Amino acid sequence: MRIGRRMAVTWLLFGAAAALVCLVAPLMGSTSINLWRVFDSSIPFADNADAQIFFVARLPRVLAGALVGSALAASGVVLQALLRNPLATPFTLGVSAGAALGAMLALTLDMPSGIVGFSAVPIASFAGSLGAVAIVYGLARARRSGLSTNVLLLAGVTLNSFFSALILFVQFLSDFTQTFRTVRWLMGDLDVSSYAPLLAAVPPIALSFGAFAVLPRRMNLLSISDESAASRGVDVHRTQRLAFLSASLATGAAVSLGGPVGFIGIVVPHLIRLIVGADHRLVLPASAFGGAAFLVACDTVSRTALAPLEVPVGVVTAIIGGPFFLWLLIRNR
Amino acid sequence: MTEKGLAADGVSFAYTVGQPVLSSASARIARGGLVGILGPNGSGKTTLLRLLGGLLSPAAGRVTLDGTDLRTLSRAIVARRMAMVPQETQLAFEYTVIEMAVMGRYPHLGAFEIEGPEDLEIARDALRATGTLHLESRLFNTLSGGEKQRVVIAGALAQRPDILLLDEPTASLDLAYQLEIRSILRTLNAERQLTIVVSTHDLNLAASLCRELILLDRGRVLAAGPTQSMLEPALIRTLYGVDVDITTNARTGQVIVVPVAREAESPQP
Repeated sequence: MRIGRRMAVTWLLFGAAAALVCLVAPLMGSTSINLWRVFDSSIPFADNADAQIFFVARLPRVLAGALVGSALAASGVVLQALLRNPLATPFTLGVSAGAALGAMLALTLDMPSGIVGFSAVPIASFAGSLGAVAIVYGLARARRSGLSTNVLLLAGVTLNSFFSALILFVQFLSDFTQTFRTVRWLMGDLDVSSYAPLLAAVPPIALSFGAFAVLPRRMNLLSISDESAASRGVDVHRTQRLAFLSASLATGAAVSLGGPVGFIGIVVPHLIRLIVGADHRLVLPASAFGGAAFLVACDTVSRTALAPLEVPVGVVTAIIGGPFFLWLLIRNR
Repeated sequence: MTEKGLAADGVSFAYTVGQPVLSSASARIARGGLVGILGPNGSGKTTLLRLLGGLLSPAAGRVTLDGTDLRTLSRAIVARRMAMVPQETQLAFEYTVIEMAVMGRYPHLGAFEIEGPEDLEIARDALRATGTLHLESRLFNTLSGGEKQRVVIAGALAQRPDILLLDEPTASLDLAYQLEIRSILRTLNAERQLTIVVSTHDLNLAASLCRELILLDRGRVLAAGPTQSMLEPALIRTLYGVDVDITTNARTGQVIVVPVAREAESPQP
């Protein structure tokens, strides 16, 4: 099948799947609601309990899951192509941890003063992810030949424990009631109950997706080697900068919204490649949609599995992603 | 004066300040030539090749294509004229052979343009030229070393360049594959009038493939000219520090370089 048709089919099918998951997920929960009643316009909204639960209680959370999932999965694809390693992800590289540290700092410093507005968190989160990406990028450039799996994973472990230590230190300094909330958030938590945090996360994610849109063909070439990409006429350094910057931005925004949810960036792109192949014109959009569907599904499990208890969604993704990652390690090299 | 072909005029380059890899090296590659850049490991062959291909910019001197400084040409224009084949290609992702070949069309397409039927035909033609069309739907990673190298060459040909630069094209290949690549390059040069520049440390590949040689010694051009006159025992001794005999194979008429002894041979420790 020609690439144009394959792109259209990919967008349609994965887009439809993501939309379907986002529509069905809010129906599930402690109170079961009816989709037809939700959209029944003959009942005024004030009297329609089903619609209220759907739109007010559950949809913000589902949309947050979709945003975070697609941002993390797409960032994973970009980082994997640039570092030429399918094990690179925002989580394994420590980029999510960097973003979490930034967000934590903003939250903690914000509390006593209250001077800095709400938007400080995503910005600090972006700064943190950018710092972590800069370290990884610097490492890859310094070694010139690219990052082997060993170096990559070691760098990720190092960055993760470095940032975790700083996060613990910040927590140690903050007061007790705040700590409970941040611990939950650090596990990856989509407990979003209004549309405001969503609106804050949409612009940076939209901006980075805009950048991702121009990348796929260049990512194909860069994922082979810098040299062959340059020889095909790709501006390697500019492309790398754009890609790393936009992946940091997307990760930062995702983490500030849902915490450092792990393993999305590795599970989703990998499964997607098994279905659509390696061409990034297919992998990137399919992973963005797939990431949304995957995280929303995981979050639905986390909301309902032990109801009325809500498990942080990061626990669910880790339970799926951890063994998956190990399996990849065994299979790959 | 515009000169047809590719030329480096007194180019210098260093990856690390104070450690020049090339020092005012000059080279002239005429259109339709089949030229080897020959020298021991670390003599700056790959760097010279990258400078010629516009992948690196010289710190001093300039590289010109038909008389125009490469730095004044856009990346796409350079990529439509010249293609580079790296020494070895290892993929982290599972691209198919045809996908690899079609990627060569990049410099001919607009930012959001997707390949059309002509691009696919050009890619297929490139695979045909390297004898790999039957592999088109295979995964690149499942191919043998020689097949991979031929597919990578096909990807470069899909750029429709008139100059092909190859970095040690046979260094990691078995003997049979070496001969195969050699004959493909010879055919491309003869039948498609492709200018070919090969970097190599392999004296016998240089002797059997190239019509002209550029001898590179620690970042400087030691000598350049027709292959016959470059394969002189005195020059090779300077280049490699090895005494050689130059003979001709009775069956093929090919010049063969036989290493005889290290210069000032010392007893084995």
